[in-house]
Amino acid sequence: MEQILVTPERCLGCHSCELSCAVEHSPSKELLAAVAGGEKTVPRVFVETDGKLNFPLQCRHCQEPACVYACMSGALSKEEKTGKVVVSEEKCVGCWMCVMTCPFGAIIQGSDHKVIKKCDRCPDREEPACTTACPTDAIQFISVDQFSKDRRRKYLTVFNSQREEAEQL
Amino acid sequence: MPIENKTIDRAAREMLQRTADDGVKTVWDRLEEQEPQCGFGTLGICCRNCLQGPCRINPFGQPDRGVCGATADTIVARNLLRSLAGGTAAHVDHAYEAVEALHKLSEGNVNYEIKDEAKLKEIASKLGLETESKDMGELAKEVAAKAFENFGGHGSEGLGWLEAWAPKERIDTWAELGILPRKADREIREAMHQTTMGMDADPVNLLLSCLKQGIVDGFAGLKLATDMQDIIFGTPKPVQTETNLGVLKEDHVNIIVHGHVPLLSEKVVEWARKLNNEAKDAGAAGINVAGICCTGNEVLMRQGIPPATNFLGQELALATGAVDLMVVDVQCIMPSVATVAGCYHGEIVTTMPITKIPGAEHVPFTLEEADEQAQKIVRRALESYQKRNMDKVYIPDEKVPIVAGFSVEAIVAALSKVDAADPLKPLVESIKSGDILGAVGTVGCNNAKITQDSMHVEMVKELIANNVLVVATGCSAHALGKAGLLHPDATVKFAGEGLKNVLTAVGEAAGLGGPLPPVLHMGSCVDNSRIGDLLTALAAYLGVNVKDLPVAASAPEPQHEKALSIGTWAVAMGVLTHLGLPPHVLGSAVVAETLTGEKIESLVGGKFYVESDPIAAAGGLIAHIKSKRKALGI
Repeated sequence: MEQILVTPERCLGCHSCELSCAVEHSPSKELLAAVAGGEKTVPRVFVETDGKLNFPLQCRHCQEPACVYACMSGALSKEEKTGKVVVSEEKCVGCWMCVMTCPFGAIIQGSDHKVIKKCDRCPDREEPACTTACPTDAIQFISVDQFSKDRRRKYLTVFNSQREEAEQL
Repeated sequence: MPIENKTIDRAAREMLQRTADDGVKTVWDRLEEQEPQCGFGTLGICCRNCLQGPCRINPFGQPDRGVCGATADTIVARNLLRSLAGGTAAHVDHAYEAVEALHKLSEGNVNYEIKDEAKLKEIASKLGLETESKDMGELAKEVAAKAFENFGGHGSEGLGWLEAWAPKERIDTWAELGILPRKADREIREAMHQTTMGMDADPVNLLLSCLKQGIVDGFAGLKLATDMQDIIFGTPKPVQTETNLGVLKEDHVNIIVHGHVPLLSEKVVEWARKLNNEAKDAGAAGINVAGICCTGNEVLMRQGIPPATNFLGQELALATGAVDLMVVDVQCIMPSVATVAGCYHGEIVTTMPITKIPGAEHVPFTLEEADEQAQKIVRRALESYQKRNMDKVYIPDEKVPIVAGFSVEAIVAALSKVDAADPLKPLVESIKSGDILGAVGTVGCNNAKITQDSMHVEMVKELIANNVLVVATGCSAHALGKAGLLHPDATVKFAGEGLKNVLTAVGEAAGLGGPLPPVLHMGSCVDNSRIGDLLTALAAYLGVNVKDLPVAASAPEPQHEKALSIGTWAVAMGVLTHLGLPPHVLGSAVVAETLTGEKIESLVGGKFYVESDPIAAAGGLIAHIKSKRKALGI
């Protein structure tokens, strides 16, 4: 199953993921219509930086979700079938306990300041808006196995070039 | 994207199958690779004008200002003004080249001549020069000097070309709004200054400067370029030829002229004719020159050279493997032509110091050595022909007949066959009676985001079926030509009853033995000035203002900054101007609403109108024409 996985060194900080996330969660789901119509929407992915590394962060949909355990109204739950951590906004009471427990800061308040908003992995799309929008593939919608394989291959390239350099010396 | 969604042009579809089979990327593949395109850029809300940036505005919340404090409104308006300055600079620079040619030929330094002495005299007298006692060289020198004055100079003097040709009502309107331009170079320079960090933050003031750029483009770009080119190369008269990729000939040396300025392409055409026998020595049946983009239109209008295709087809022409050499000058040349030629056949030759392409050969072109260089280019094509692999040649069997060459002079000449004493009368009477509902000028580009030619063709078919006369330039004219609409047969097939009767009466009176085409090809993109001249003449004849005429403009598939500056000129002239897709301004409601709203219309008489559906767009233009007719009481 695909996960949203990040290669932070490829992130140029363009914020395209944030914009496309906000559009996908707007009533019209269309950039020009959402802007022209003054629709209220917030992104659920956040490009943070420490000055050295950019990192697009969103809900990691953890297997042991601290937010779900902290939720006292039953608004947050872990979906068995999809593995997604989902929120029922009707049940959310706005206690912000999940916000305090999420280690990634991936849960925010909505523009009405009453209930939480978080990544829902775009249920109306085959691939999340943020990974589709990323021009450098810094965020990918990819299986963990494939991502790991790509990393191993990349490591081999580095390893080989270092070995060849050593041989030339 | 399925091929049917990329283009309606059958030849282009065949070639796209070929490039797909061969794994050769084209403009459509690259668009798909770019998607989804940056939302900040689409909305026009990114600013990279200083090193504190780049900044972008969040259209849904914070940050709502750039580092300096610029809002979305400021950034969008500044970006638009910079784009317009880019488009205007392109046309003004083009015009400069043409003026320089007239100046140099008047001094006898270059091998160009004055082909239209009557036009030179007419322009000279309009500029207030005494014409009778002077020879042509002397007069050309004086006209060139007057023309040069449009670019630079001290003080706050205006544009001589505008003062001589713009209607007085327009000059007064622009003066009142504070947008009457000074010298072109000063205005373009000022636009760059106005938009740099720490300068103008008022979106409305920036938009007024946008209008000013449009006016500069119209008079110191378009009109000046057309006038110079008509003097040097002749004013177009109706010509018949064919268009689409089928004009390439397998057994000929095929040369494509691509770009915009006829100073080069005219010489290439001349020398291709003169060196035709050398092609026979090289084993070819002859030399065949075809055009792409506006330099193609220039040599079509004056020399009857067939247009091979329009903007989006430039790579596809090369994919035939039959183009031995593509010589380019300036503007609208995709750098990818070098790659595509590398995959198939042919040499790309760049000629201008400001347009070099990696992978292309550069043969510098100068006015002084134009003949030698044109010969060199033609001979390179002969060499290239000998390297052509005939097994890899595939030319689609697609070409259609067209009629072009409708300068204002040519249109008036045709009308004068109906009424020699009062040539505009039959046209005006037909408009008054409603046989001709009104007129629309379709201009501008292709854009890979829109199925190639589809907006041009579908919208224009709807317009002419509703008795709207269409005049066209640029890649729009190419699109309509490929679809058969630049031919008298299309009048019979597609025009409404009233329009058909008028075009038949004029065509038969003019000795064409049939109707005029329902779409009159008026030339290149700079030749949009011809449309301006025609509107000015019609308004003067009727004793009304251009903004009151039952007419509209349209760039159905706009792509280039030049299309925006031409469109802005049309709006400043008082003409409703349709765009088939929105420019990058929707990140600012103030800017978007100002450009398309009642405010701008109340100030200058024109406004922009964005509609991406061709039938709806035709409906919008027809409704506008009807409202103008009603206001005129006809």
